[in-house]
Amino acid sequence: MARFDPYENNGGTCVAVAGDGYCVVAADTRLSVGYSILSRDQSKISELADKCVLASSGFQGDIKALQKNLAAKELVYEHNHNKKMSCPAMAQLLSNTLYYKRFFPYYTFNVLGGLDSQGKGCVFTYDAVGSYERTGYSAQGTGAKLIMPVLDNQLKSPSPLLLPAQDAVTPLSESDAVDLVKDVFASATERDIYTGDKLEIVVINSSGIHRECIELRKD
Amino acid sequence: MMKLDMSALETQFGAPAAGEDGGLLFDVDGASMPAMEFPNCPDFDRFQATTKDMVKNKRGTTTLAFIFDKGVIVAADSRASMGGYISSQTVRKIIEINPYMLGTMAGGAADCQFWHRNLGTKCRLHELANKRRISVTGASKLLANILYSYRGMGLSIGTMIAGWDEKGPGLYYVDSEGARLKGNRFSVGSGSLYAYGILDEGYRFKMSVEEAGELARRAIYHATFRDGASGGCVSVYHVGPDGWKKLSGDDVGELHFQYYPVQKTPVEQEMTDASTA
Repeated sequence: MARFDPYENNGGTCVAVAGDGYCVVAADTRLSVGYSILSRDQSKISELADKCVLASSGFQGDIKALQKNLAAKELVYEHNHNKKMSCPAMAQLLSNTLYYKRFFPYYTFNVLGGLDSQGKGCVFTYDAVGSYERTGYSAQGTGAKLIMPVLDNQLKSPSPLLLPAQDAVTPLSESDAVDLVKDVFASATERDIYTGDKLEIVVINSSGIHRECIELRKD
Repeated sequence: MMKLDMSALETQFGAPAAGEDGGLLFDVDGASMPAMEFPNCPDFDRFQATTKDMVKNKRGTTTLAFIFDKGVIVAADSRASMGGYISSQTVRKIIEINPYMLGTMAGGAADCQFWHRNLGTKCRLHELANKRRISVTGASKLLANILYSYRGMGLSIGTMIAGWDEKGPGLYYVDSEGARLKGNRFSVGSGSLYAYGILDEGYRFKMSVEEAGELARRAIYHATFRDGASGGCVSVYHVGPDGWKKLSGDDVGELHFQYYPVQKTPVEQEMTDASTA
């Protein structure tokens, strides 16, 4: 007898890169089930607050539920505190939201990007049950293993755990970061069947949120 | 849907007294949290086992702590793996519960992060309610009781609570099976066997802080050398009567060449470039 499986992997990849004064969050728009493509135009990105953007890959049902859930909690926060949530605050909220479903997890692999209260770019990377860490860059999803080594090569900086603390390498400019993200997705599309079709890039900086879409290989 | 006993997550303040001047001091309703739900399925254990394999949550790996005459040394590596993939080399596995108590993370990263943060909250509430700091014994008991109530549900936590309280240095090992052990020397994680080898060999009760830190650093380094799931940076902390202080943070790749410098091999014959015709 067929057992009901509540989960499904719809594929896709998300990437975020933080710099001094900006943050780039990008995700492809392909939705797949097994070897079939169900949509070439399904967004994985959600703008949660004016300086905070979430990109999630994994099971679309859980992604939609999670993003809606967080948007609602953000609205409650705004009503209670009379200001929008900061990115680090949203990071903790996302971690708690994920962990409260520890025994029936959201099958989502998330990357949260935005600006912190000092205006510096921040990226938070998660596992499916809410363990999180602030980093300078991250990739999650089916293409993550192809993309992360390239980002490590270009962007890796001395660990924040080192003592005496070492300065991070001079970060990329915003346009260089966007170009890097485009290149990295083009490469992932070549070798990952679940990544492709279109790339949505969201850039957050002091002047606000700016979206861009570029085409990827559709095969 | 089955509901879990969430008394562990409730705040310690009761409902606000009605009719007092000024109204509410604490918004207790805002602080109440939803209970963690269980999936409605016939075989809970098989569901948990399948989900665990599917999502491959982050896990952490070699930590150690020991008591000596000048306090407690706590050390850990910084690698997190998701299945066979290294998801991070910069994970903070030594969690600062409060300025005089540290907790270590081994096992499931999300489980450790969440419950240590919860423990920190409870310790702070204890301070506010009792006007004095909580002891290491008390803090470890709080955590152990919570983990015991979740026993068998698939949490994976192997932690050490280290601190300095009125009785002096304190070290407890607490895990998700419900164990809580008081001791002088512990190492937890997949690389713990390698760390124990170095730690047990070099340990003496009377040591200087530098010597103790160096012992801990070498023990973690050797664990990262042999265990694939350990790596990144070694962080070493010392907990003394004035609280904890980070002693060092070193990349294990560099430590390797510090401990085993490259030997220059004597050159017998040097190759010279062939002259172009």
